[in-house]
Amino acid sequence: MSSRIGGGAEPMSAALGSTRRDKIDELAARAGQVPEGGGGVSLARSAFRRLRRNPVAILGAVIVVAFLLVAALAPSLAPRDPLEQALLSEVRQGSIPGSRDGFPLGVDQLGRDVLSRLIYGSRQSLLIGVVSTVLGAVVGMALGVLAGAFGGWVDTVVMRFVDILLSIPGLLMAISISVLLGQNQYALMIAIAVTQVPVFARLLRGSMLSQRDSDYALAAKALGVKRSRIVLGHVLPNSLSPVIVQATLSLATAIIEAAALSFLGLGDPDISRPEWGAMLSSAQAVLSFAPQLAVYPALCIIVVALGFTLLGESLREALDPKFRR
Amino acid sequence: MLRFIVRRLLQLIPILLGLSVLLFAWLRALPGGPAQAALGERATPDDIARYNETFGLDQPVLVQYGKFLGRALQLDFGTSSRTGQAVTTEFLERFPGTLELTVFAMVFAIGVGIPVGYLAARRHGSWIDSSSVIGSLLGVAIPVFFLAYLLRLLFAVQLGWLPGSGRQDVRIDATHITNFFVLDGLLTREFDAAWDALLHLVLPGIALGTIPLAIIVRITRASVLDVVNEDYVRTANAKGLATATVRRRHIIRNALLPVSTTIGLQTGLLLSGAVLTETVFAFGGVGSALRDAIANRDYALLQGFILILAVVYVLVNLLVDISYGLLDPRVRVR
Amino acid sequence: MHRRPTRALAASAAALSALALAGCASSDRDESGTAAGESSGSGGGGGTFVFGAAGDPTMFDPALATDGESFRVTRQIYEGLLTNAPGTADLEPALAESYDVSEDGLTYTFALREGVKFHDGTDFNAEAVCFNFDRQYNFTGLAASPAASEYWQNNFGGFADTPDVPSLYAGCEATDAATAVIKLTETTSRFPAVLALPSFAIQSPAALEQYKADELGGNGDALTYSEYATTHPTGTGPFKFGSWDRGNKTVSIVKNDDYWGEPPGVDEIVFRSIADGNTRRQELQAGSIDGYDLVAPADYQTLEQGGFQVLPRDPFNVLYLGINGGGVEGTSANPALQDPRVRQAIAHAIDRDTIVSSLLPEGAEAAIEFVPPAVDGWTQDVTQYAYDPAKSKSLLAEAGATGTKLRFYYPTDVSRPYLPDPAAMYEVISKNLTDAGFTVEPTSLPWNPDYLDAVQAGQADIHLLGWTGDYNDAYNFIGTFFADAGGGKMKAEFGGWSAPEVFSTLAAGDSEADVEARGPLYEAANKAIMDFLPAVPISHAPNAIVVAENVSGLVPSPLSAEDFSTVTISE
Repeated sequence: MSSRIGGGAEPMSAALGSTRRDKIDELAARAGQVPEGGGGVSLARSAFRRLRRNPVAILGAVIVVAFLLVAALAPSLAPRDPLEQALLSEVRQGSIPGSRDGFPLGVDQLGRDVLSRLIYGSRQSLLIGVVSTVLGAVVGMALGVLAGAFGGWVDTVVMRFVDILLSIPGLLMAISISVLLGQNQYALMIAIAVTQVPVFARLLRGSMLSQRDSDYALAAKALGVKRSRIVLGHVLPNSLSPVIVQATLSLATAIIEAAALSFLGLGDPDISRPEWGAMLSSAQAVLSFAPQLAVYPALCIIVVALGFTLLGESLREALDPKFRR
Repeated sequence: MLRFIVRRLLQLIPILLGLSVLLFAWLRALPGGPAQAALGERATPDDIARYNETFGLDQPVLVQYGKFLGRALQLDFGTSSRTGQAVTTEFLERFPGTLELTVFAMVFAIGVGIPVGYLAARRHGSWIDSSSVIGSLLGVAIPVFFLAYLLRLLFAVQLGWLPGSGRQDVRIDATHITNFFVLDGLLTREFDAAWDALLHLVLPGIALGTIPLAIIVRITRASVLDVVNEDYVRTANAKGLATATVRRRHIIRNALLPVSTTIGLQTGLLLSGAVLTETVFAFGGVGSALRDAIANRDYALLQGFILILAVVYVLVNLLVDISYGLLDPRVRVR
Repeated sequence: MHRRPTRALAASAAALSALALAGCASSDRDESGTAAGESSGSGGGGGTFVFGAAGDPTMFDPALATDGESFRVTRQIYEGLLTNAPGTADLEPALAESYDVSEDGLTYTFALREGVKFHDGTDFNAEAVCFNFDRQYNFTGLAASPAASEYWQNNFGGFADTPDVPSLYAGCEATDAATAVIKLTETTSRFPAVLALPSFAIQSPAALEQYKADELGGNGDALTYSEYATTHPTGTGPFKFGSWDRGNKTVSIVKNDDYWGEPPGVDEIVFRSIADGNTRRQELQAGSIDGYDLVAPADYQTLEQGGFQVLPRDPFNVLYLGINGGGVEGTSANPALQDPRVRQAIAHAIDRDTIVSSLLPEGAEAAIEFVPPAVDGWTQDVTQYAYDPAKSKSLLAEAGATGTKLRFYYPTDVSRPYLPDPAAMYEVISKNLTDAGFTVEPTSLPWNPDYLDAVQAGQADIHLLGWTGDYNDAYNFIGTFFADAGGGKMKAEFGGWSAPEVFSTLAAGDSEADVEARGPLYEAANKAIMDFLPAVPISHAPNAIVVAENVSGLVPSPLSAEDFSTVTISE
């Protein structure tokens, strides 16, 4: 589907006369100054500069870095071996030993130290969350850019492909991928990423559609700026906002989805490696008397997601050229 | 506009053809088959061979596909190997529940999400804003089974206000015509049945609506923030246009574009059935049917359901694309 | 606690005691103080009993059903010639008041109960009995496919028109209205125990014909069930079929006012399908259901503290760790497992006592062989393999197999009575094996079809699987597992072990016509099996149903074959 140039019919166009000229000047100036691809660099640099000054961004960064450190230093931070079924003999159906000396957060259904498992779990969970979200976002955005930038039959083909992708149940997709790639965490990440692809593709494409026909883009086009330059340098950064928001939320859902899929037996069969999502799923059986086993990993997922969200929010603002003034 | 819609509907033909070929080959390439699934623990290889012969599963895939296509053109998608019912019957039994639930969940998510997101953006940096961010993180990070457990504990077990699972109280003798239980109650003037069916939607609807709610809040907030800083809004403000007018005319309309994408996406996802929500609320919908079908290698049901769902997606996305044009006149569909 | 099927049951006495038992059957169950039958006043309180099941039924023609949820409903609508005494796996008369068996064990003469009518008003008699057996024997086409008449094929073998597949069934003759004679082609331990299975219940010939029960339709790609099976199931039982609301996932059955026996205690029973265990528990706590099946072991305490009655079923199952003998073509089992010392090392490595106390519900027992203690043929006198990691290590070293890699298969997405939490079971056993010097390489697969398919094809080195008995005969356990599956080999699940001693002892037990004489033969088989060790038995675990405080009369059955007609609700 192609879109039509807005003409002069819109009510706002009259009011935009002066700003449009500014924008055209700006675009023209940059088009003349910076060689191929250069626009992106200056954008990134100035974005980073603004990020550093933003307290929200710093808080987000602190949270994320803290969890990365925990993951990296897990062996020295964890008080016990996360796999040791230390108190298994004291576990009964219907009662699990609570916290005590050496087990500050108590033990799970197999008598393993919960704190140590949370600490070790950060490795697996961060990996799954970040990799599957990034993978889904990158592929989805590539499709979205294709559709949003070219429009016409490219848009049609890409979007109908996305429709097909959406209509295939995630579970069927996950099973098929695990058949193809074997049962391991990578298959799992890919399966989750695949379900994210349509979401990112449609979001970015929708957002780009409105930006592509905005005044500055039209003006730049009129000035003869290359289409790739307009799209990558201006339309795309201006369209990223919903994508970033979606990505920060996807991070949390990815961890939980990975757990659900491994619960169904599609993940790494070696389940001894602790992972938050899996801890959460297995707490399902003991909700009536040990809800804390669900609460701890859920809290971890929420805090990590919060860290990335704060970073993402700040990045969104930093990337937005309109905030630069 | 009409041409656009017709053209989009025509695109369904290659989509469905392509998807049916893909699915047909795909499902049969999966390990295990309906025979193993149906015969279970005691199946011998001989039993499996006999099963496959009886149901024509030993024929070349192309022959099977030809048969399938011939029937599918008459809207006959075959028989479910798990329930022994026609796939179309099965769909008409399952889809109404899913649709009811989706509508409830989306009304909840949109009704709460857009105002909260808007408010959060307008009061950027306030406590409303921060709690909307934290709240939406809670919404996505709490798994459905846990949320369902908490909701049911509070509203069904402790307070006894709402039913905790199912679609209709077993003590109500309701007549079902369309399988939309709420609608059936209204049509048959069994208003207590309609009310009861509606109450049964509340907890699963909330549980199901939480993730769309979180996303809608955040996307609305982000796009309102974007629009607020757009040049034309600043200009309109500078020109002294009344704030209310600016808000109504420009901000909301323009901000809704990405929101409508999200709404379309989430509606589509919910319509394909929420496996977990349906399971924990004992709600017979499309999701649990698909899940059982995958586990049982129920080829006919999977093919039929997925093809019908593809049509549903294309329609939902068509609506979204039309809404773009309505929301932002610059984006016009042809 | 020794229960043995008595050959010829004294008619009226046994029938009377059956009814009496239904009232107070929990008296011999000491482990749970909350006997459901205890407080039952006079029945007939009426009302609706809502029971939470874990899944949807398929249809209600028991001859064609294969799943537990369908059988749960058909058990209330139909009766067989024999049934199981409440709370046990022992045989008891039902529609047959007694039977006689010929010396050679090939001819069974049943004296039928008189004056019994089907729900459609037609008479139950010997003609009807023979009609039902002849019906199944004469299945053709779709009905004869393994997906439909699975139970017939497993228990009676072939059909009238399958001369190449022999059938156990030789014929049925109605000598008079109250006498049916069933003839068999060979002596087997299965008969007459199978007559208590729901599949061989007696259905109304008139209704079967009127609603075209045998016309399985479908356009060739799957079975479609008849009008009879979905809307007009007709038997002689205490309840009549009411309605089936697929959209709301409920089945309703209503009191049969003309029932020949003690009338049911409630007017209606609604079975509601609720797949999730937490949901079932909360719905019981919220009062919207009156009881449910498959109580999670972890919930027993919570429920009992809440005033609910948890009714454990006696363990009638076994969980085992299967070992691959490497004799199946196209699979690559670990050859080290063919060394008995390596298998013994596996057996000694597993800490059964901790598994039983920590992973399984109260009342579970560590298994020393493959039949539960309640079954004839169980004996203390088998080779036992106590938990002893040090011994495992030395056995492994002796065999030169330290560090042997075991491909360990376990299922996901399933909970069985003998295996409530497969992942936890895997984790503990895997830790045990690692501690004893093995290397474990896990594979997890969704239960059905993937997992069953893989382990039954002999793809695993070791795997978790179990079995719940159909009736009280050891062969139903050990014969199912370890009998000669053809060509002097065990079935592929056990990697085609060749164990002549095991095969011959098993065959001797199965073909013994005298029930009393079978016990010692099975004991010998159990000894042979535990010496050979083609798999490692782990545990026998009970499972439970739960009902609300005001419900009485429900007697848990080790076969999960509860009779709901004795249920009453007070208030």
